[in-house]
Amino acid sequence: MIKINHISKAFGGKPVLNSISGEFEKGKTNLIIGSSGTGKSVLLKCIVGLLQPDTGNVFFDLRNFTEADKEMKAEVRREIGMLFQGGALFDSKNVEQNVMFPLDILTKMPQGEKEERVNFCLKRVGLENVNKKMPSEISGGMKKRVGIARAIVNNPNYLFCDEPNSGLDPQTSIVIDDLIHEITHEFDITTVVVTHDMNSVMGIGEKIMFLYKGDKLWEGSKDDIMHSGMKEFDDFVFTNKAMQNLRERAV
Amino acid sequence: MKEFGKYVMFLGSLFVRRETFATYYKLTLEECMQIGVKSAALIVLVSFFMGAVTTVQTAYNMVSPFIPRFIIAQVVREMMLLELAPTIMAVIFAGKVGSSMASGLGTMRITEQIDALEVMGINSTSYLVLPKIVSSVLMYPLLVILAGVCGLIGGYLVGTLSGAISPTDFVYGLRFNYNPYVISFALTKSFVFAFLISSISCFKGYYTHGGALEVGISSTAAVTTSVIAVLISNYLLAQLLL
Repeated sequence: MIKINHISKAFGGKPVLNSISGEFEKGKTNLIIGSSGTGKSVLLKCIVGLLQPDTGNVFFDLRNFTEADKEMKAEVRREIGMLFQGGALFDSKNVEQNVMFPLDILTKMPQGEKEERVNFCLKRVGLENVNKKMPSEISGGMKKRVGIARAIVNNPNYLFCDEPNSGLDPQTSIVIDDLIHEITHEFDITTVVVTHDMNSVMGIGEKIMFLYKGDKLWEGSKDDIMHSGMKEFDDFVFTNKAMQNLRERAV
Repeated sequence: MKEFGKYVMFLGSLFVRRETFATYYKLTLEECMQIGVKSAALIVLVSFFMGAVTTVQTAYNMVSPFIPRFIIAQVVREMMLLELAPTIMAVIFAGKVGSSMASGLGTMRITEQIDALEVMGINSTSYLVLPKIVSSVLMYPLLVILAGVCGLIGGYLVGTLSGAISPTDFVYGLRFNYNPYVISFALTKSFVFAFLISSISCFKGYYTHGGALEVGISSTAAVTTSVIAVLISNYLLAQLLL
């Protein structure tokens, strides 16, 4: 479980996050949603330690990550897997080397075992026979899958995904969403996904946190969405026709 | 001053939370190939013609019958070893290797590859930058030696083939009044220049923010700042060590 306590962050005096608190539960797909520029990615970066929050703390299973020393931070980070918006695959390494990279650096696993683990992870994300391809030779959806395989190769306890659907067609988006959801349950990890895609919200949102202009305005599950009673939230959720129809049917 | 302070802190961060020696060994060898071996052809070409041109121009200017012809070779030797091989090659090195380092790291930054390393608990500065600096400091002095040798060969071939100086005079001039300290001085300069070029270029690339345009800006800034640092340190070293 990940707990955040009063996280605030400002850039150049301009507040981006205002005292955000909440919990991300283990074995669930936790979503942070909101319009562009509301601070979702900044919050995610504060949680994983890529940005230092101005105030507040992040706890990874009761370990205070924000105030931890460098060794403790490195230890927690080794339990983290992260899927970046563009995949963030290393250009100079092929698919297999990319996925194997955390094992090379963070473990003393024998080569044969590493190869086995890499092949297992690639198979798990539906990729086979692409081990020797370079990132520039594979599609956007495949890059995301390789990113997921790299994120889970080290058996993480926490999985973070920053807009996993950006730049993907709707069909591939659903495949990636389902994959993240399945992996979360299969390995019983705490998953946090940043997204503004309502298909993801309705598909995999077990716990949802809604950010609006740097504030947390709403929290709930996908089943509560129809009855939030909050104008800002409804404006975000029911902007497209499909969602409006869904609400009409529900009402 | 703020930028300089950031640079010093950046250098300090290279030596904390390091990975295993084997990891650095492998990365350093890869960088040596990239920085040293792949730059050798360019260095050979440039230094050969630099030596050739220095010979032709020195010969053109030495028209007095009171100046012996072997002085041409002596001038070429001093020019190549003291200045052209370490300093002018440093400018070329900054243009080729420095810009490549800055744009490579800048691209890694904007495509979140550096963030990916940090999230894994890896010290990205140490992992990415330290091997580049070590490789530069190891390989650049070798390139300077290569440049010195090629420059003298270029001078010899052009000088003798054009008839500006006889082979005997050229060899005599190369050996005349030779001071081995020149080599030590050139190598000292090459260590300093390699460190400055690689560390400044990596610093500029590492702190790139934005998109493709900013990567280009970082790459240009890396070259210009490195060249300025090389020229200033060249003067300081000459003042201190000669």
